[in-house]
Amino acid sequence: MKSELRDLYQEVVIDHSKKPRNFRKPEGANRTAEGINPLCGDEITVYLKLSGDVIEDIGFQGAGCAISKASASLMTAALKNKTKAEAEALFERVHSMVSEGPKSKVDPEELGKLAVLSGVWEFPARVKCATLAWHTLRSALDGSGAPVSTE
Amino acid sequence: MRALRDQVPGRLDVERVRRDFPILQQRVHGRPLVYLDSAATSQKPRSVIDAVARYYLEDNSNVHRGVHLLSERATQAYEAAREKVRRFVNAAHAHEIVFVRGTTEAINLVAQTWGRTHVRVGDEIVITVMEHHSNIVPWQMLCEEKGAVLRVAPMDDDGTLLVDELERLIGPRTRLLALGHVSNALGTINPVRRIVELAHQRKVPVLVDGAQAVPHLAVDVQALGCDFYAFSGHKLFGPTGIGVLYGRSELLEQTPPWQGGGDMISSVTFEKTTYNKLPHKFEAGTPDIAGAIGLGAAIDYVSALGLPRIAAHEHDLLSYGTEALRKVPGLRLIGTAKDKASVLSFLLGDVHPHDIGTVLDREGVAIRTGHHCAQPLMRRLGVAATARASLAFYNRREDVDALVSGLHKVREVFG
Repeated sequence: MKSELRDLYQEVVIDHSKKPRNFRKPEGANRTAEGINPLCGDEITVYLKLSGDVIEDIGFQGAGCAISKASASLMTAALKNKTKAEAEALFERVHSMVSEGPKSKVDPEELGKLAVLSGVWEFPARVKCATLAWHTLRSALDGSGAPVSTE
Repeated sequence: MRALRDQVPGRLDVERVRRDFPILQQRVHGRPLVYLDSAATSQKPRSVIDAVARYYLEDNSNVHRGVHLLSERATQAYEAAREKVRRFVNAAHAHEIVFVRGTTEAINLVAQTWGRTHVRVGDEIVITVMEHHSNIVPWQMLCEEKGAVLRVAPMDDDGTLLVDELERLIGPRTRLLALGHVSNALGTINPVRRIVELAHQRKVPVLVDGAQAVPHLAVDVQALGCDFYAFSGHKLFGPTGIGVLYGRSELLEQTPPWQGGGDMISSVTFEKTTYNKLPHKFEAGTPDIAGAIGLGAAIDYVSALGLPRIAAHEHDLLSYGTEALRKVPGLRLIGTAKDKASVLSFLLGDVHPHDIGTVLDREGVAIRTGHHCAQPLMRRLGVAATARASLAFYNRREDVDALVSGLHKVREVFG
């Protein structure tokens, strides 16, 4: 397989896209937001159970490509018991990694499992897939719950 | 064009045709380009590119205005392109051919002029479930404005329009029937002639979205009997930014102008403006002169190849492609109507079409993935998106083979 494709579709990505973690509406969820990618019709709903500033539980549902599903799955796994500020900061770093690639100041190694998304930058058309869940998360976090669109 | 004139009657010589398309000679991601996205936009033969360049190099000038030689030449070339379009779709008169930006603009023009004057509260407009957004949204906007109702004719699971159901939807309040000639997402060819007959029996005019039909079928608007026919130049191997609205004289005459400006007037005072005659009434402002000339060159090219010969070649490719795709494990064809143009929409296991598209792209194979601007159709099919390979006369069996081997690569990646 070509190396860029191998970078994009790493085993962990395929695994998370086929068996997404936290693919559910958590009990006691008190924040929710919907995100769509009008270009491809992908839809996602992110649910949060916020307790004060802390994300006690997080889940998502929806339909999308392997990248968007894996990104959402990895996101939910990374954010449990994180504060709002920590979530925002992580979003910034993930966004920088997937959109800027090697030019980014973010070292993928510091992002743990999320580092598997580092191959996305070589596929500019797919950056929106990788960030849809995160934009939706932000809407849920800021409490507006306003529908998010990648366009 | 020389290569074309050398063609012997009978089978299409694809290798020779391909030499007329410089863009197809390139490699992408280190692989020879396999372009299977002609339903999104087709590639342009050198003769089209040259016609546009020659216009700018030699004749560029505004039309219908100057007394000088360049303006005369530009006007002549622009109007000659209109005559080529007339002949191509066999319209009765050149003034029934209105140049617009594309199919979308043509449909919006009809909705906002003819539609606004003829559709009232409680009236109905009938469309079909397989329409492109550009043949849905302009009617929705009109219905919203007028308090009219949009009614949608269904299809079966193969993607065949249910004509009996469509017929039942045409009632006393129906003001217009708008339908696609060929579905962009499924390839279904709708029996337009029969449907126009049914509508006309009830005195309902018919608009046909022909964007996906003109590259594949010989279209005769008089034989079809339709009242409006819309298509885009860029899907017909011509430039982007130019398209055609055909309208029967009688209807266009009754239709008020759309945009106001230069060229669409006979005389202007601050008290009153009288409008120009057809088709200029609908062509306000300086038109896409180069685009029209390029479209004329595209029509010359297609006509020289001959649509029957193109159709025969594409039919062969479609059968070959259908068979080949059916052999790919886990592949499901979407749209299997009996009467089909060379469009292959499909799903592969539970792999999302975007992922299919990305893997194929790295193999040099360009396809379209997504909802194909037909979200209501996707909902009807119960899918979010499909992958679509669309074939043109410059495609060959090897291109289908490249698609199939790319799909095996997809299966490898997604296990």
